[in-house]
Amino acid sequence: MKLDARIPSGPLAEKWQRLLDEIKLVSPANKRKHTIIVVGTGLAGGSAAASLGELGYNVKVFCYQDSARRAHSVAAQGGINAAKNYQNDGDSVYRLFYDTIKGGDYRSREANVYRLAEVSNNIIDQCVAQGIPFAREYGGYLANRSFGGAQVSRTFYARGETGQQLLLGAYSALSQQVAAGTVDLNTRSEMLDLVVVDGRARGIITRDMVTGEVEAHAADAVLLCTGGYSNVYYLSTNAKGCNVTAAWRAHKRGAGFANPCFTQIHPTCIPQAGDYQSKLTLMSESLRNDGRVWVPKAEGDERAPNDIPEDERDYYLERIYPSFGNLVPRDVASRNAKNVCDEGRGIGSNKRGVYLDFADAIDRLGVDVIRTRYGNLFDMYEMITGEDPYDVPMRIYPAPHYTMGGLWVDYYLMSTIPGLFVLGEANFSDHGGNRLGASALMQGLADGYFVIPDTLGEYLATAKLDTVDTDRDEFSNSMSEVEERTKKLLSIDGTRSVDSLHRELGMLMLDECGMSRSEKGLDEAIEKIRALREEFWTDVKVPGEGAELNQELEKAGRVADFFDLAELMCMDARERKESCGGHFREEYQTEEGEALRDDENFVNVTVWEYKGEDTPEVAHNEDLDFEFVKLTQRSYK
Amino acid sequence: MNQAVGYFSSTLGKKVLMAVTGIILFGFVMGHMLGNLQIYLGAERLNHYAELLQANQPFLWAVRSVLLFCVGVHIVAAVLVWLRNRAARPVKYRVFRPPSVDYAARTMMWSGPIIAFFIIYHILDLTVGVANPDFVRGDVYHNALASFSNPLIAGLYIVANLLLAFHLYHGLWSLFQTFGWDHNRFGWMRRGAAIFFSVLIGAGNISIPLAVLTGAVH
Amino acid sequence: MKLTLHVWRQTHADDKGGFQTYELEDVSTDMSFLEMLDVLNQDLISRDESPIAFDHDCREGVCGTCGFVINGVAHGHQKGSTICQLHMRHFSDGDEITIEPFRARAFPIIKDLVVDRSSFDRIIQAGGFITIRTGSAPEASAIPISTDTLEHAVDFAECIGCGACVASCPNGAAMLFVGAKISHLGLLPQGQPERSRRALKMVEAMEREAFGACTNYRSCEAVCPKEISISGIARMNKDFRRASFAGAVPAHGKKR
Ligand SMILES: Cc1cc2nc3c(=O)[nH]c(=O)nc-3n(C[C@H](O)[C@H](O)[C@H](O)COP(=O)(O)OP(=O)(O)OC[C@H]3O[C@@H](n4cnc5c(N)ncnc54)[C@H](O)[C@@H]3O)c2cc1C
Ligand code: HEM
Ligand code: HEM
Ligand code: SF4
Ligand code: F3S
Ligand code: FES
Repeated sequence: MKLDARIPSGPLAEKWQRLLDEIKLVSPANKRKHTIIVVGTGLAGGSAAASLGELGYNVKVFCYQDSARRAHSVAAQGGINAAKNYQNDGDSVYRLFYDTIKGGDYRSREANVYRLAEVSNNIIDQCVAQGIPFAREYGGYLANRSFGGAQVSRTFYARGETGQQLLLGAYSALSQQVAAGTVDLNTRSEMLDLVVVDGRARGIITRDMVTGEVEAHAADAVLLCTGGYSNVYYLSTNAKGCNVTAAWRAHKRGAGFANPCFTQIHPTCIPQAGDYQSKLTLMSESLRNDGRVWVPKAEGDERAPNDIPEDERDYYLERIYPSFGNLVPRDVASRNAKNVCDEGRGIGSNKRGVYLDFADAIDRLGVDVIRTRYGNLFDMYEMITGEDPYDVPMRIYPAPHYTMGGLWVDYYLMSTIPGLFVLGEANFSDHGGNRLGASALMQGLADGYFVIPDTLGEYLATAKLDTVDTDRDEFSNSMSEVEERTKKLLSIDGTRSVDSLHRELGMLMLDECGMSRSEKGLDEAIEKIRALREEFWTDVKVPGEGAELNQELEKAGRVADFFDLAELMCMDARERKESCGGHFREEYQTEEGEALRDDENFVNVTVWEYKGEDTPEVAHNEDLDFEFVKLTQRSYK
Repeated sequence: MNQAVGYFSSTLGKKVLMAVTGIILFGFVMGHMLGNLQIYLGAERLNHYAELLQANQPFLWAVRSVLLFCVGVHIVAAVLVWLRNRAARPVKYRVFRPPSVDYAARTMMWSGPIIAFFIIYHILDLTVGVANPDFVRGDVYHNALASFSNPLIAGLYIVANLLLAFHLYHGLWSLFQTFGWDHNRFGWMRRGAAIFFSVLIGAGNISIPLAVLTGAVH
Repeated sequence: MKLTLHVWRQTHADDKGGFQTYELEDVSTDMSFLEMLDVLNQDLISRDESPIAFDHDCREGVCGTCGFVINGVAHGHQKGSTICQLHMRHFSDGDEITIEPFRARAFPIIKDLVVDRSSFDRIIQAGGFITIRTGSAPEASAIPISTDTLEHAVDFAECIGCGACVASCPNGAAMLFVGAKISHLGLLPQGQPERSRRALKMVEAMEREAFGACTNYRSCEAVCPKEISISGIARMNKDFRRASFAGAVPAHGKKR
């Protein structure tokens, strides 16, 4: 597997412009002749499809939801970063770049991240022009807030629903292109395979989720914008349908999978209430600005929180990190919550939770101030838990939230399969070992609006592409493989439901490949995953038929891929013998229990190559050159 | 012209037709009620007023044709909209409890047609006289008394006017929406205005048969 | 607690369909309504019966995927929330619950509680956007917008496209949905150039989709999970009327 990142030469700030100046263009008359498949209608896919449609390409878009407007980008609450420096607080493209690199614990690619920071300002311009109602100051100009511990205020937001507003912007642009006839939109269609012809991505196989029909689609290039894989943990903040299937099938066709073990576990989510729990809800990180995190000092303390006296509470973040206190970064906050629960001091019915207490803040600021700051979050909490956080401390626990790992791409966002591009959360490129708040929305839109229209053009203008249609063997073979697999899943007719197996896998992954990992645990996890996968393929029960709307079948296909992915995540976590970002290896920590990076051996990206059903995957490395940034160790003490 | 045809053939346009004609009809009912209330001033005043109206025949017929036209347009638009709405939900819910739908809104397609039938009867009763057992042309006061002293007929008037009040209670509020008048400055008074005028018309008209029945007017 | 559910079951679009009754024991009050159905489905699968199909995705009230009618109310009786945000603590032991799909001609049923809401997408395609070519936008802060106008626009922009307004309107009207988009874009300075055209095109598309008309029942507003105000319908009426007579006819491009 050749890993050439194709980073343009020259100074950091000039690389992207140099590429734009030098690449070949597709002539306007020829654009129409190129069919481009875009899988996914989130921020990445929606913006890419709309922009490519505008340019005149013949675009085919797919998503599994019933409408393009429902991609999970819709759920992002906090905001989107950009280096506008409206606050005059010293922000700049370089600073945004630097913060993102540092936040990623130096495991992302400088050139990509710099470009991301560079186009961030264009994103805000574009979105405002689309009618996205970002918050404003009384003077009528755009407002910002500080987010995720950044020292500057560079986050743009629209109430608590920035993702929704941004996605509706992309969706409206996409809708306009649908009406203009440049984009052919296929909803309730799930991509189940990638078709590679003569070494290039030339199409996909989909299943119509209403009729069950398996269909082939040919194209000159395929863009995967299919989001992240946090649902490998079963319980996560992702939507129920989020999956790795599209990316995984592409991986099996030859696309390298980079850093699969880099996942982000968000510290402030509402804890699980019972075994029936189906997903976890994120509470904005901003709550930690005023809430104090604590657990009882004693193990197994069953008293109600308000009955526990002050001196029997352990405000552990304030105790361990006196200078940052409750505002330590996400991974640190999450790991510490896990630690106190592992010590038996967790709270709530299943002892996996910690308190986030606003009593002091209410005393200090008054209930009205707290209500204006967090009113709608408190309401949401009460709606879900039935508890009133003005009276009783909130219960929170970390939940899987974002996956930094993904399909490997070069500077052009092209994977190791020529003609297969990967955008948004589905790729690995910009966030290294840990993603900073408000930077995923930025990345999705940067990729879709401002990067892919140019880099895709370069591919189409330089690759010599024969016409390929769906009559080719590659398509029919792939279709029959997909159909076989469906038949197989339906025919097992065992005793265990898809959900029960998925839940078991998720629990295992959270324990062994979640907030902290160890060689021994990972070894055991891999064994258990294999056994569980075996059980899945021999004892799963998928009711119904293939030729109908069959939600169990959809889930089964996705969970099958999660099993494969889970094993790879554990292998990757085992291979990365250092702690960095969200990846914490128990063996590699400082004396105080902090993450210990190994910059001697691991300033690189691990890229996994699929070798076939029964052959272990092979790891390759892309070494990361830090030409412009000096590596430092994080410290929050 | 094309624009108007296009506009009024849309459902939104049809609703505006209903609102415009509704306002005109409302204006008539309002004026008519004020005229009717002169019954409390005695036979002479009322009959004099009626005479005055009859005096200018061209004007009278002009008003009649406008009213007739309005009723026609109002009804046709109402029926078209109603048909469209029925078609929009071919399969009914088994249990359907849409919140905040009030009684008046739900019964517009009952109150409206009943009012229409009432108007026909009413004209036969007090204008043409064929439905009135004791009709004297020109003596409006007498005719009204003759009708309303029959509790059945008085009851009919009372019910019809109650329905009219309901119809206007919803209709007068609704037309602000239909015209797109939702400005904050008067948003609060839309409901108030609708209640005021519907109660006024209902109470004013109903008082007359009641007064006759109870003997307050004789 | 124990519950009795009467659920609409329909195997495919052309199936006649009918109600099926299910008894549930041990429903936890902390479950969400959808989790209660998940549990029922697990049970149905283990008994070799076909699970109930229902749409859902984010399960946090923002994607607009979930939605059906519970005891006659779209999204259930809890105000300002979607079904995925409704929890079983709002029901009591022994309750009978009737569950029906959204019913409207413009939302044909696909299976059980799953309906096809693509008519909404077609309305947006007709005009629910501001035309702005990628990359051609001016500096974001160039045009100031007062916070009042902005907040007003956000109130409408929050629509999640769930379709509950249609489902609970006795006329099966999509006015709240369309009014919300027309108002969101029509309030912002960026939306002005296409304001007339947008109103014309979107209303036209709405009429093509066989939605009903508005007779101001207001139950759309009452069930809307984002509590969008029917003043959006008034704004749509106004914009459409003005546009119809101002002659912003796209083919000619100038006033007649
Ligand atoms: C609760 C929550 C809050 C967040 N808050 C923030 C925030 O405040 N700021 C921030 O920057 N980031 C935030 N994030 C992260 C951010 O929202 C996501 O990373 C980003 O939106 C992902 O966008 P995307 O376009 O890559 O993928 P998605 O939006 O997930 O879209 C994936 C698309 O792919 C389609 N798809 C997937 N699989 C298939 C398949 N097999 N076949 C066909 N189609 C398929 C789906 O239908 C969908 O259209 C948050 C994430 C979550 C979960
Ligand atoms: C109790 C209440 C009412 C009384 C006492 C009353 C009385 C009368 C009388 C006396 C006339 C005949 C006038 C004449 O021939 O000179 C008349 C005519 C008429 N009334 Fe009423 N009316 C009442 C309510 C209504 C209502 C509620 C409506 C309509 C909704 C209505 C509509 C008419 C119409 C259309 C005419 C015919 C006018 C014409 O000559 O063209 N009336 N009414
Ligand atoms: C056959 C007779 C009638 C029928 C079938 C009828 C039906 C209706 C219906 C269905 C509405 C729509 C309600 C809504 O959209 O909210 C309406 C509105 C209205 N009606 Fe009538 N009606 C009739 C007679 C009348 C009369 C006699 C009057 C006046 C006295 C009247 C006044 C109004 C008004 C003011 C409205 C409000 C228009 C709007 O909604 O914008 N109607 N009518
Ligand atoms: S207006 Fe409200 S009810 Fe209608 S689609 Fe939008 S969010 Fe749903
Ligand atoms: S419920 Fe229906 S009638 Fe109008 S106000 Fe809402 S669309
Ligand atoms: S599932 Fe997304 S709104 Fe309910």
